[in-house]
Amino acid sequence: MSTTKITLAKGLNMGLRKAMEDDPKVLIMGEDVGKLGGVFRITDGLQKDFGEDRVIDSPLAESGIVGTAVGMALRGYRPVVEIQFDGFVYPAYDQIVCQVAKMSYRSKGRSKMPMVIRIPFGGGIGAVEHHSESPEAQFAHTPGLKVVACSNPVDGYWMIQQAIASDDPVIFLEPKRQYHADKAELDESATPDPLFTSRVVRAGTDATVLAYGPTVKTALKAAEAAATEGKSLEVIDLRTLSPLDMGPVFESVRRTGHAIITHEAHVNLGMGAEVSARIAEECFYSLEAPVLRVGGFDIPYPASRIEEDYLPDLDRVLDAVDRSLDF
Amino acid sequence: MSHHGFGPDLAEVFGPSQQDGGPELVQLLTPEGERVHHPEFDRDFSAEELRGFYRDMVLTRRIDTEATALQRHGELGIWAQLLGQEAAQIGAGRALRPQDYVFPTYREHGVAYCRGVDPLNLLGLFRGVDHGAWNPNDNNFGLYTIVIGAQALHATGYAMGIQRDGDVGTGDPDRDAAVIAHFGDGASSQGDVNEAFIFAASYNAPVVFFCQNNQWAISEPIERQSRIPLYQRALGFGFPGVRVDGNDVLATYAVTQAALQRARDGQGPTFVEAYTYRMGAHTTTDDPTRYRLSDDVENWKLKDPIARLAAYLRRNGLAEDAFIDALKVEADELGHYLREGCKALKDPEALSMFDHVYAEETDEIAAQREGYAKYLASFEGSHA
Ligand SMILES: Cc1ncc(C[n+]2csc(CCOP(=O)(O)OP(=O)(O)O)c2C)c(N)n1
Repeated sequence: MSTTKITLAKGLNMGLRKAMEDDPKVLIMGEDVGKLGGVFRITDGLQKDFGEDRVIDSPLAESGIVGTAVGMALRGYRPVVEIQFDGFVYPAYDQIVCQVAKMSYRSKGRSKMPMVIRIPFGGGIGAVEHHSESPEAQFAHTPGLKVVACSNPVDGYWMIQQAIASDDPVIFLEPKRQYHADKAELDESATPDPLFTSRVVRAGTDATVLAYGPTVKTALKAAEAAATEGKSLEVIDLRTLSPLDMGPVFESVRRTGHAIITHEAHVNLGMGAEVSARIAEECFYSLEAPVLRVGGFDIPYPASRIEEDYLPDLDRVLDAVDRSLDF
Repeated sequence: MSHHGFGPDLAEVFGPSQQDGGPELVQLLTPEGERVHHPEFDRDFSAEELRGFYRDMVLTRRIDTEATALQRHGELGIWAQLLGQEAAQIGAGRALRPQDYVFPTYREHGVAYCRGVDPLNLLGLFRGVDHGAWNPNDNNFGLYTIVIGAQALHATGYAMGIQRDGDVGTGDPDRDAAVIAHFGDGASSQGDVNEAFIFAASYNAPVVFFCQNNQWAISEPIERQSRIPLYQRALGFGFPGVRVDGNDVLATYAVTQAALQRARDGQGPTFVEAYTYRMGAHTTTDDPTRYRLSDDVENWKLKDPIARLAAYLRRNGLAEDAFIDALKVEADELGHYLREGCKALKDPEALSMFDHVYAEETDEIAAQREGYAKYLASFEGSHA
C-alpha cells in the first residue's frame, strides 16, 4: 500500500485528473479554470495536460456556463462545472433548478444529465460579501438534483470521481476553508465508500453529533473536548444531503438517545430541520431529548470580522450537547 | 496572432491586435502628452480644470496604493486595485452632476472620490467590518456591487424612475438627471448586463453604461468575452456605442459628459467603452504572472494616464513647482489619514449582526439576538 499526504485541494485536483484520464468525455468548464487553475487552484495543471477543449475557460457568465453544460451533457459529455464562489451560483440558479434538475424527469429518462456542479461553500475565510454562503438547502430542496458535501482530502479524491461517474446531476459542495487546512493519507488502491452514504467518523456512546462539510471538523473537535470531560460523542459525517443516508444516523441515535446536528447554513428550513424531523419520525421512542440544531442565525452572512459569531463553533456545539444531555 | 493561445486566429478576423484601441478610439491627449483634436468630442479645458483632473488622478492613485499597502500589512482582507484606470474613473466621475446617480462595481474608488465619498469608507468592505459604510443617498453613489453585472439592471431601473418623475428633458440643468452604471469587460458577458441593455433601449432610459475595458476578467482576456470591439455591441441593442481612450482623462470626460447629457435630454442610453488596462493584479489575491505577458504590461506603462497629463501640464507651463509640491503634501496627508483611519476602524459588535435584516424586524430575529446575547453572557467571567 503506497500512500501520499494530500490536502483537500490536492485530493480534488487528483480526483479530477483521474476522472479525465479514465473517461475522455469528462470536461471541465468555468471561469479561470484553465491557465489560472481556478481561483483556488483546484484545476491546476489540468488544462496544460488535457488541452483547451477539455478544460474550458469560459466567459464570465454563470447561466451561460451551466446552460451550455446542459447542451454538452445532452451531446454525451460529462461536464464538471466550477462555480467560482458560492455567492455566484445564483445567476445559474434558473438553469440548475429548472433545467438541469428536471431533464431526466421530463424526458422520461431519455436524456440524462451527468453533470457535476462544484461549489466552494461556507464561511471562515474572512472574505467580502457573496464569498461565504451556505446554499445547500436550496439545492437539496430541489427534486432531481443530488447534493453531496465532502469534508476531508480523501473523500475529496473519491467523491469527486464518484460524482462525475454518476448519471445524475450532482451539486458538489467543497468546504473552502478546508481546501488547504489539513493533510491526510490517501491510498489510491483503497475501495471507497459509495457516494451517497453517510459515515460514522468517531464512535461514541452518549450523544450523536451530525455534521457535513466544514462542520465535521468542528464536531470532531467538540468530541475531543467532550471526551476530556468524560462525555463520549459519536460523530457522523452525513456526506450526502440529497439523498440523505439516514441508516447510520438512526442506528446511532437509537443507541445514544441524543442527537445534535450542526451546519453553517441558517437554521430556519436548513438541513437540520429535515434531519431532525426524520429522526423524530423514526427514533421517537429512543430519544431522551429533542433533536437540537446548531447553525448559522437567520441573517445574511455578516461582515467577516464578526463571522466567527455567526458560524457555529466548538463551544456552541458543546453547549448544545450539554443541553441535550441535561434534558 | 492569438497570443492567448486559444481559438481561431483573431488577427485573421480583425487584423492585428490593436493595443492602441484602433482608429475609432476617441482621444484628446496622446500618450506622449500631445493635445489632439476630435471632430465630435473636442472641447476646451481651462488650466484650472486640467490641474483639477491631475490632482484627482494623483489622489486617487494614492488611495489605491495606500489601500494596497494596507492589505499587504494585513489591515485589509483583500483590495481591488485600480492602478492604470485613474483617467477612466476621474473622467467619468467629474462628468457627473450632483443629481445624477452612480451604480458602481467594486473597483470605482476614483468615482467614489469624485462623488465626495470619504475614501476611508471604501476600506470597510475590504477589511471586513461592514458591507459598505456610506449612505448611497448622501452622494448618489450606490454601494459597491460584488456580483458581476447585477448593478446594470439597477441603474436602468433607477433611470426609468427618473423618467417617471419627469426629471429628463426639461432643459433645467439642475433638474435633468442621468444614471451611470459601471462595470468591466468581463461583466459584458453576464445575462444581467445584456438584459439591462434591452430594457434601457426599449424604454429609452436615461442611463449611461460605462464599461472599463481593462482587457482582463481575472485570468480571462477580453477575447474570451467578445469577438467584436465591445462598443460595437451597443448598436445591436439599438443605442450608440463609443470607444474612448480610457487612459486619457480629457477624452473620457468629454465623451462621458456628452453621453450623460444625451441621457438627461431624454435621448436615451449610450454605451461608453473606456479602453484601458489593468496594470496591477485583479485583486491582491491574484497572481497575473500565471496568465499574462509582462510585455503587455510594459507596453501599457507607456500609456500611463497620470504621466501623460503631467507631460502636457509641464509643456504648457501649467504645473508650477508650488502646485506640484502642494499636491505632494496633500497626497501624503491623505495617505496618513487612510493608514491611521484604517487601523482605527473598529470591528462591529457581535450583536449588531442581527440589525437591519429586515426593515420591520421579526420576532424570530429578536429572539435569536436575545438568545445569542445570553449565550455570550454565559462566558463572562468563566473565560476571562
Ligand atoms: C456573478 C459573478 N461571478 C464571478 C465573480 C468572481 N469575479 C469577481 S471579479 C471577476 C472578474 C471581473 O472582470 P471584469 O468584469 O472585466 O471587471 P474587472 O474586475 O476587470 O474590472 C470575477 C470572475 C463575481 N464577482 N460575480
